[in-house]
Amino acid sequence: MSDTPVSRAARATPPRVARKIKGLSDRAIAWIFVGPTIFLLLAINIFPLIWTIQLSFTNYKANRIGREVKNIGLRNYERILTDTDIWLNMQATAHFLFWTIFFQVLIGFTLAYLINKKFKGNDLWTTIIVLPMMLSPAVVGNFWKFLYQPQIGLFNYIVAFFTGKEPSSFEMLGSVNLAPWSIVIVDTWMWTPFVMLICLAGLRSIPDYIYEAAEVDRASKLRQFFTITIPMVLPFLMLAVLFRGIENFKMFDLVVQLTGGGPGSTTELTSINLKREAFEKWRTGYASAYAIILFVTVFGLASIYVKALNKVKER
Amino acid sequence: MSSFSVTEPSKRSKWFAGTLVILYALITMIPLAWIMLTGFKSPADAISYPPKVVFEPTLEGYVNLFTQRTRQTQEYLDANPPENWRDEIVRQYDMVIVGPSKFGERFLNSVIIGFGSTFLSIFLGTLAAYAFSRFKIPLADDLLFFILSTRMMPPIAVAIPIFLMYRQLGLSDTHLGMILLYTAVNISLAVWLLKGFIDEIPREYEEAALIDGYTRFQAFYKVVLPQAATGIASTAIFCLIFAWNEYAFAVLLTSGTAQTAPPFIPTIIGVGGLDWPAVAAGATIFLIPVMIFTILLRKHLLRGITFGAVRK
Repeated sequence: MSDTPVSRAARATPPRVARKIKGLSDRAIAWIFVGPTIFLLLAINIFPLIWTIQLSFTNYKANRIGREVKNIGLRNYERILTDTDIWLNMQATAHFLFWTIFFQVLIGFTLAYLINKKFKGNDLWTTIIVLPMMLSPAVVGNFWKFLYQPQIGLFNYIVAFFTGKEPSSFEMLGSVNLAPWSIVIVDTWMWTPFVMLICLAGLRSIPDYIYEAAEVDRASKLRQFFTITIPMVLPFLMLAVLFRGIENFKMFDLVVQLTGGGPGSTTELTSINLKREAFEKWRTGYASAYAIILFVTVFGLASIYVKALNKVKER
Repeated sequence: MSSFSVTEPSKRSKWFAGTLVILYALITMIPLAWIMLTGFKSPADAISYPPKVVFEPTLEGYVNLFTQRTRQTQEYLDANPPENWRDEIVRQYDMVIVGPSKFGERFLNSVIIGFGSTFLSIFLGTLAAYAFSRFKIPLADDLLFFILSTRMMPPIAVAIPIFLMYRQLGLSDTHLGMILLYTAVNISLAVWLLKGFIDEIPREYEEAALIDGYTRFQAFYKVVLPQAATGIASTAIFCLIFAWNEYAFAVLLTSGTAQTAPPFIPTIIGVGGLDWPAVAAGATIFLIPVMIFTILLRKHLLRGITFGAVRK
């Protein structure tokens, strides 16, 4: 520390005054520290959002520069909400959301419950199970396409081996009935570990003495499971469902690589449909309205869900 | 007292749980093992029926991944004998190597954009997290929630105006553009996670430093930063993995100079359709670093994933 008159004075004065002399005030530092982050978020998140809202009231097409842009009011919104094809996309998304969450919760919780038995080497095996969720969804989706090939694919071969069917008799990606399930399988394979980890955190947060007390009261193991384990893990599980729900509502990369939305539009989730409208048909105004509708939907559903979650936590 | 406890599972239930978990882990590894095996197969072996588990390994996939090749006439091939093992591999198909493929460049882009955006997110995120943790900021809770809620937007929805904005600013298909974009996406999670880590550091340390005559800045980087190092490192890994794996923005906003590996790998074309061994080789090279990271840093990573859940 340099020995200037100022620093000597600073050391002699009480800390609060010293800070004012020697450096910036806390308030200035707070704004310097938060400022860049807020600026970046304003520039790359909020400004685009406002722009999207503005575009959603126009007939703008981004590939035709110089074309007159007209304000058409709520026509885009009207068109989207009355379009039956978009409701089909919403249904495909709902099917995908429901079944991925169903399987991930079922398998994820079971795995967490088993891992919590603390068998030898459980942390190593946990890490191995976690690997799929760390990988690039697009690259993984692309590779699962190979596994799903009717004649040469490993998936078809294994299923055929156990069921006795011909491996080329069913097309996971090509058939209207199977394609929606093919994306559920890959997403479940990839994201079950996430639900598992959160459930595991929940299970580990239950203090031993609760079980010990139950044991003293001679509660059966089954009863302990339903009156202690399940209620204590429930808030964690619900949070995992929230995260997976938001993520899968946005789902794009994995499915676009696997099926591209096909066959027909059976696996065309809303994000994929939105990409078609915005970057293939270049209906920028229309797609902006679509984006806003999706955002409001996610935000609305998530807020209702969080309210329910808080109620569960309070109990 | 004996070490027996009512909450300690019995030997039998441990054995049973262990068997099931290991079985699940092995099944879940099959697709990944298959990717890696396919990378060492010849195109014929890769698409054989029944699928081959035992085969003669070849580096053909890797050679195809890294090179561009053209077919040549017999006279040309006779006049120019193969110079190395790579040439010999492609000669089987009457081809010669004419130059490197774009994979190297795309991989390098992934590295630059991944590390660039991670550095920036962590730099800005740590500052913001410290401020949120230690100072009274008006509407702090609302700001934090707002920062986090930006992650709810589907990437495609954000991509429309970003695409227009980048076109105007000349940021389309540039490294800087992608770094800024990934930073904006990552920073919400970074601030959220880092605030949690910094909250855990007792304020007394800094206060002691302040009384000793440190300025706020000095207290921040001499006292707080070293304490938060582990938290910063695990947050950095999350940011890096996100940027490394991201596909939607990359495929919409980049096409050439700044394109990363995920949109590139699925487009590797061989003779008559996708060149699966080359795709598998590319996928292997791209996925392996993340797997190694995950295994080496498992303690921090697993904590980071559940962190949000435990705190809220």
